[in-house]
Amino acid sequence: MDIDLSQFSQVFFEESIEGLAAMESELLKLDVDAPDPETINTIFRAAHSIKGGSATFGFMAVANYTHLLETLLDEIRDGRRRMTPDHVDMLLHSVDLLRGMIDSLMNKSEFNDPKLPQLEQRLAQALASNNAPETSQPEPAESSAAPVASDADSAIEDCWYIDFKAGFDIMRCGNDPLLMFAELEAKGEVQVSLLPPQFPAWDDFDPEGCYLHWQLKVITDAPQKSLQEVFEWVEDECEISYQRGCSTVTGEALQAADDTVDTQVGAISQAGAVSQAAVLGQSISQSTSQSVNQSQAATPIAGSSLPTATAVTPIEKAPQAQAAKQAASAKNAESSSIRVSTEKIDMLINMVGELVITQAMLGQIGQQEEINQESLLLLQQGLEQLASHTRDLQESVMQIRMLPISFAFNRFPRLVRDIGQQLGKKVELVLKGEDTELDKTVLEKIVDPMVHLVRNSLDHGLELPEARLARGKSETGTITLNAFHQGGCIVIEIVDDGAGLNTEKILMKARQKGLVGPDEELPEESIHQLIFKPGFSTADTVSDLSGRGVGMDVVKRNIHELNGTIELRSEAGKGSRFTIRLPLTLAILDGQLIRIGKHIYVVPLVSIYESLQVPSNRINKLSDGHELIRLRDEYLPVIKVFREFNHDADAKEIKDGLVMVVDNNNEKTGLLVDELLAQQQVVIKSLEDNYTRIPGISGATILGDGTVALIIDVAGLVNLAGISNSKEHAA
Amino acid sequence: MADMSLEDAKHGQQQFLSFIMANEEYGVDILSVQEIRGWEPTTVLPNAPDYVKGVINLRGTIVPIIDLRQKFGIKSLEYGTTTVVIVVKVTMEDAQKIIGIVVDAVSDVFSIEEDEIRRAPDFGHETDLRFIKGLANVQDKMVILLEINRLLGSAILPDPDTLSRILDNIDQQSQALSA
Amino acid sequence: MKKILAVDDSASMRQMVGFTLKTAGFDVTEACNGDEALKVAQTGQFDLVISDVNMPVMDGITLIRNLRTLPAYKFTPLLMLTTESGGDKKQEGRAAGATGWIVKPFNPEQLLATVRKVLG
Repeated sequence: MDIDLSQFSQVFFEESIEGLAAMESELLKLDVDAPDPETINTIFRAAHSIKGGSATFGFMAVANYTHLLETLLDEIRDGRRRMTPDHVDMLLHSVDLLRGMIDSLMNKSEFNDPKLPQLEQRLAQALASNNAPETSQPEPAESSAAPVASDADSAIEDCWYIDFKAGFDIMRCGNDPLLMFAELEAKGEVQVSLLPPQFPAWDDFDPEGCYLHWQLKVITDAPQKSLQEVFEWVEDECEISYQRGCSTVTGEALQAADDTVDTQVGAISQAGAVSQAAVLGQSISQSTSQSVNQSQAATPIAGSSLPTATAVTPIEKAPQAQAAKQAASAKNAESSSIRVSTEKIDMLINMVGELVITQAMLGQIGQQEEINQESLLLLQQGLEQLASHTRDLQESVMQIRMLPISFAFNRFPRLVRDIGQQLGKKVELVLKGEDTELDKTVLEKIVDPMVHLVRNSLDHGLELPEARLARGKSETGTITLNAFHQGGCIVIEIVDDGAGLNTEKILMKARQKGLVGPDEELPEESIHQLIFKPGFSTADTVSDLSGRGVGMDVVKRNIHELNGTIELRSEAGKGSRFTIRLPLTLAILDGQLIRIGKHIYVVPLVSIYESLQVPSNRINKLSDGHELIRLRDEYLPVIKVFREFNHDADAKEIKDGLVMVVDNNNEKTGLLVDELLAQQQVVIKSLEDNYTRIPGISGATILGDGTVALIIDVAGLVNLAGISNSKEHAA
Repeated sequence: MADMSLEDAKHGQQQFLSFIMANEEYGVDILSVQEIRGWEPTTVLPNAPDYVKGVINLRGTIVPIIDLRQKFGIKSLEYGTTTVVIVVKVTMEDAQKIIGIVVDAVSDVFSIEEDEIRRAPDFGHETDLRFIKGLANVQDKMVILLEINRLLGSAILPDPDTLSRILDNIDQQSQALSA
Repeated sequence: MKKILAVDDSASMRQMVGFTLKTAGFDVTEACNGDEALKVAQTGQFDLVISDVNMPVMDGITLIRNLRTLPAYKFTPLLMLTTESGGDKKQEGRAAGATGWIVKPFNPEQLLATVRKVLG
């Protein structure tokens, strides 16, 4: 049979990557001093599976390496070796290494990371150290059957004599001596003779037990090893001996066998026992009366295997072509595919079914000659149903894209461990709400900002152990990642119990950078917000971790691009809490519909603070044509949207219209609009698919009446209006 | 014919949909035509060129509408119930886009052999004429066959006078060639 | 058509075993751990069960021990997939009632040869 194993490679890669992730997370969970056996077992199992698969599918480098891991883990699992932090470290590095190896296998690129030989050596050393059983494990005994007449080899020996006394429980393990004899026949001519069975008294007779003892003569050149293979599974509980020889049958045993066999067959059938045993008995009686006619016995066996052999051929071609196709598409599928539980798909199918029924019902009404009161009612019912099913369907389709946030959280235990070590800080990471689901696209895009925030907490937030102790806190700091749903949004919190933001330092820095006037005093909360300003970094030295030129402003912008918001709360000495609020999906947006002239736009609800009418006495006109309004203590620039978008409007002056205060990178900006319309969820459609990007517009949507409305991109609009920094204008 | 390297020659017959615009008849490859619709009000796109009339909802897809007259610099007609929009699939920058074009009226569907298309001669760098596939005579009418991908992609089109002068030129030259 | 139940927590191994046996004309059902296999086994009579040893939820040896207690599987061949280093596992498996084992790594030919051996 010709089966192309490469067709399973992709699955193997995927499960290996999953296995490595499991290994990693379990390793990070592990308490080295008192390892939980189940945790060790899970780690072992992952290594074991990768090894088994890689060996089977021919990835020998991976197999050889995982073999070392498996051996080490097996020893730890069996209690033969104590786990050390060094082991954990080595295993974690191994996870990275194996990821690299699998990656290069997937990309069909060469893998030559110098870490491989290094780690291999480290592992080998670890295995060789202390009470390790290492390689000196005794080779399995060649054979339990010692008397091999090897010295008689010079004589013309053409056959083997095998003495086979079946173990009593052999049938109960599903082993069948008849099948073993059949297997022997594949090696040469076989003569089977049954020795007189030693039956117990009737009352003690167990019909399911085996009381038989055979002598076999196999005329073959096959080495003893190949015969032993036949009995390999049963050799421990059966008495088997092999003898090389050339002729004469032990005849007297055969004759004596006849009647006793009958007895057993009779006994078995009386006891109403299994057919297997009956067949066995029957074949024995044949063979005892005369030595087995080899060809006769062999025929049915060969015959029975024939149909399966022919059945194979037609199928063979298909999988190869399929494999080639899979291999070709595998690369593309990698990043764009999504795993969906069958449950979710079943739900969808159900809903589509409902939809079809509703459609059929509406179709029927439509075919009626005239619409009367009754059919109108039906029509209304049908439309209601349609609306409800469409809503359900939409929700379910969105569900498909939803993944648990654990996909993002999973990388943090490792990150926190490594960075904590690097900084000499003791950290405990607490993950909460890992099952909270969010859209795959949002998930992918939120990882980087989260990484940045966590790094930041580790670097700037948490104190060194001594400092913590000095403040009366526990030596180990805690970072908590928490996710939950709240009012159509997903909320992700990153909380640390560190020092909190140093307001003095921030204010000083902000003054240095001219972000805050020299005498300007700000409330504490406003000071905290300064860290989101572009180019702001408080680290004393530009550290390897946070000071990469990527500041909080980038985090904020990234989150904003996802139509999300970020908030910060910090208390000196107690810690900081970043709260990220994101829409559940990028495809749907909570929008405020607005009207400007005869044009309808959608503004994302998350970016709107408030909308108000502004009297003339609170409007300031600047020399460059921009206008500011005074809102409480702040001056905000107002963008006349109609002017930027170059069309008509009812309200051309601020006092005549409504000012909608929106958030642009933590700056408040006013938009002049004519009227607020409804708030509704809108499905975001791309303009770029068929047209190009339009400055100030992030996309389009289709309103209930089928017309298109454009979605305003606040940041883009601010750019378009050429407003740089409101504070400068105010000053 | 070596200097008339405009498009790789394809074998056999091609079908074109022809339409009228400012008294000229144009043809587009029928395979690129997705559907023909009546004019409907669009959602105006801010700061778009004047020939971009806005976008419409075409069964859930946002499709821009382009006025071909304005694209050619000809004054547009008032849109009414008879105004026709041809929805075409075009390939621009390696991406398939669906675009509606406003024309005066749809005229005909005709088939012509590849060798019946008179290629526009190369005018050098004077004008980018690659949006013209060539000219064809269909029942004594001259039809300008458009390379729709290039037409909607190229930003600058010759003004109407230049265009008609060029077209006359093509006509004369190609007739001279075939004579 | 002989019915075989293939049990492995590794999807690639399961697919490989399943595909090989199906191609050879067997009726194959797959399960991804012992617990699932035990449930599936009771929904119909399988002629052979091939099970991995190291699996979450219920390992292969426990599966075999449990299967042997069921009258329907008293004499059914039950094979385990072990690794060469699993000497103890083989003994443990035999004690639990396994018919025999297939040593990993194996190729489709080896698998089929073993399956044909126990199914006759």
